[in-house]
Amino acid sequence: MRLARFIEYLIARRSLLAVIALVLMAALVLVDIILPPAYTHFPWDAIGGFAAFFGFAACAALIFLARLLGEKLLYRDEDYYDDHE
Amino acid sequence: MITSEWIHPSLLLIAGALVVPWLKGRVLQGWMVLLPLLVLAALALAQPGEYGQLAFLGMELVTGRVDQLAMVFGWVFGIVLLIGAIYALHVNDRVQHVAAFLYGASALGVVFAGDLITLYVFWELMVVTSVWLIWRRKTEVSFHAGFRYLIIHAVGGVMLLAGIILFQFETGTTRFDQIAADGPAFWLILAAFLINAAVPPLHAWLTDAYPEATVTGAVFMSALTTKTAVYTLIRGYPGTEMLVWLGAFMTLYGVTFAMLSNDIRRLLSYHIVSQVGYMVAGVGLGTALALSGSASHAFTHILYKALLFMGAGAVIHMTGRSKLSELGGLYRYMPWTFVLYLVGGVSISAFPLFSGYVSKTMIVEAAAVDGRAVIWLMLAVASAGTFLSTTLKLPYKTWLGEDSGLRPREAPWNMLLAMGIAAALCFLIGIFPGLLYALLPEPVDFNAYTMSVFLKEMQLLLFTGLAFCLLLKYVGGGPKISLDVDWLYRRGGPRLIESVGTAIVTTDRTVRRVALDQLTRITSHMERKHGRDGKLAKSWPTGSMAMWTAIVLAMLLTFGVYR
Repeated sequence: MRLARFIEYLIARRSLLAVIALVLMAALVLVDIILPPAYTHFPWDAIGGFAAFFGFAACAALIFLARLLGEKLLYRDEDYYDDHE
Repeated sequence: MITSEWIHPSLLLIAGALVVPWLKGRVLQGWMVLLPLLVLAALALAQPGEYGQLAFLGMELVTGRVDQLAMVFGWVFGIVLLIGAIYALHVNDRVQHVAAFLYGASALGVVFAGDLITLYVFWELMVVTSVWLIWRRKTEVSFHAGFRYLIIHAVGGVMLLAGIILFQFETGTTRFDQIAADGPAFWLILAAFLINAAVPPLHAWLTDAYPEATVTGAVFMSALTTKTAVYTLIRGYPGTEMLVWLGAFMTLYGVTFAMLSNDIRRLLSYHIVSQVGYMVAGVGLGTALALSGSASHAFTHILYKALLFMGAGAVIHMTGRSKLSELGGLYRYMPWTFVLYLVGGVSISAFPLFSGYVSKTMIVEAAAVDGRAVIWLMLAVASAGTFLSTTLKLPYKTWLGEDSGLRPREAPWNMLLAMGIAAALCFLIGIFPGLLYALLPEPVDFNAYTMSVFLKEMQLLLFTGLAFCLLLKYVGGGPKISLDVDWLYRRGGPRLIESVGTAIVTTDRTVRRVALDQLTRITSHMERKHGRDGKLAKSWPTGSMAMWTAIVLAMLLTFGVYR
């Protein structure tokens, strides 16, 4: 189980990995702002970091939308279909 | 159907599958690996052209049409049959093996069909063979799910046949190219294709049945039925505007409902709906770039989706559990399954260097070139959602997260080998997309590895990850099921029947009561008039009868005398 130990090693250093990821993300946005867009099909292509903002917003929206849909409308107990089949 | 340059891969598979019941042990295992290899060899030998012409009821059938579009799907079906067979080597159920090979043969039959009649035959064969992959789970739930699967596809099959008959009347041919009919033929055939492509609201058969299929059967199912439908859409309906919107809607529908799923294979099934949405949208866009995108996305999708289903299946096989709320902390015990699953995860999420990146971005780019802003944004939201639930939420709750106390062993070697092959191919295509692009019918004028595509995709994905980490405690879930369109025929239908039944019973009861009341009233009326104390019954006594007899006799006497 050497692989398991390696994964454990990574998990133990998760805060370091998080810092690396954040630096990488900041660098990506920075490069996107500095670099002129290769083409502009849409107005937002010219805005540096748009995709980053959009990804964050889309993810948050999906999390809350799904939760709302589930709790207000779609969630049922697991045995919901049982008595009819 | 067999000439020197053309051996129909379906015939080969059918013949090979029919041998399976007489084999066992190592011989069976060897045959299960050899047969898909023979199919791949037959595909390698196939030359473009038309083969196996038959005359049937005055129609010219082409049972084998080989061109590049058909070959793209033929190749990937062959590869996934090999992977799926290796994954199922440990399974000691020959019914499943026969069903899987016959199912693969039917899917290949559809892809190589040059006319609609041949296509229809294999289309139906696909349903009756694949349903056994659900039923062989041998649970009450899978039995019912299989029946619902069968019924929905039977309806689709009838629509397809009706459409084909009308098409033949309208155009005088059954050749399968772009469907050049208008009116009912066009719509009926399209509807049948859309049912198999699992386009909402016609998708519930998939998310209902796939999670109930056997662990190994679901791998074949995730690959074949919907992608055969994508093939028929690319061939028959390129540039149909409606499909752009349906496809984009599908991508969002799939990711949203995946968020609500607690069963791991149901979650992945909703992501089939979502990913097929990209392909359907590409078909609708209809440009050379978009159609290439759809075909190559079908190719990469089959491999990474099979990998994801194999990873989830391995967990179910080893733990006997399939719900996120009952899993967690498995990375110590199933680390290889975890890592191989993650390769599938980053592939479906379209991370650079993995297969989804080189095909999905092509469809997104085609939408951009076409100037479709709303579609582009919808597809981008779906990209975020795909990463969110397949690669963050599912692995987190299964392999990391709270320890469930489960202590399973690692999956058997054959499962890991099959996953390894799929993972290697996902990686290979991601690094050398040219290999995939070379198979496509049109030359591909697109490079996924440009700075702007790379920057957009990486930002989108990494910031989705950031949002997930920050909002983890708001990600819902728990031991619940969520309703979907299948409610209509699982609950709504029975309820409708029940309420119609109740209405009939109450009407019947009312009618009977009213009739009975009337009868009672009539009899009591009779009773009153003619009963013992009734006016008309007062002269009933025997005495009065004797008197009347006497009167009559007296009259007779009197009149008789006078005569």
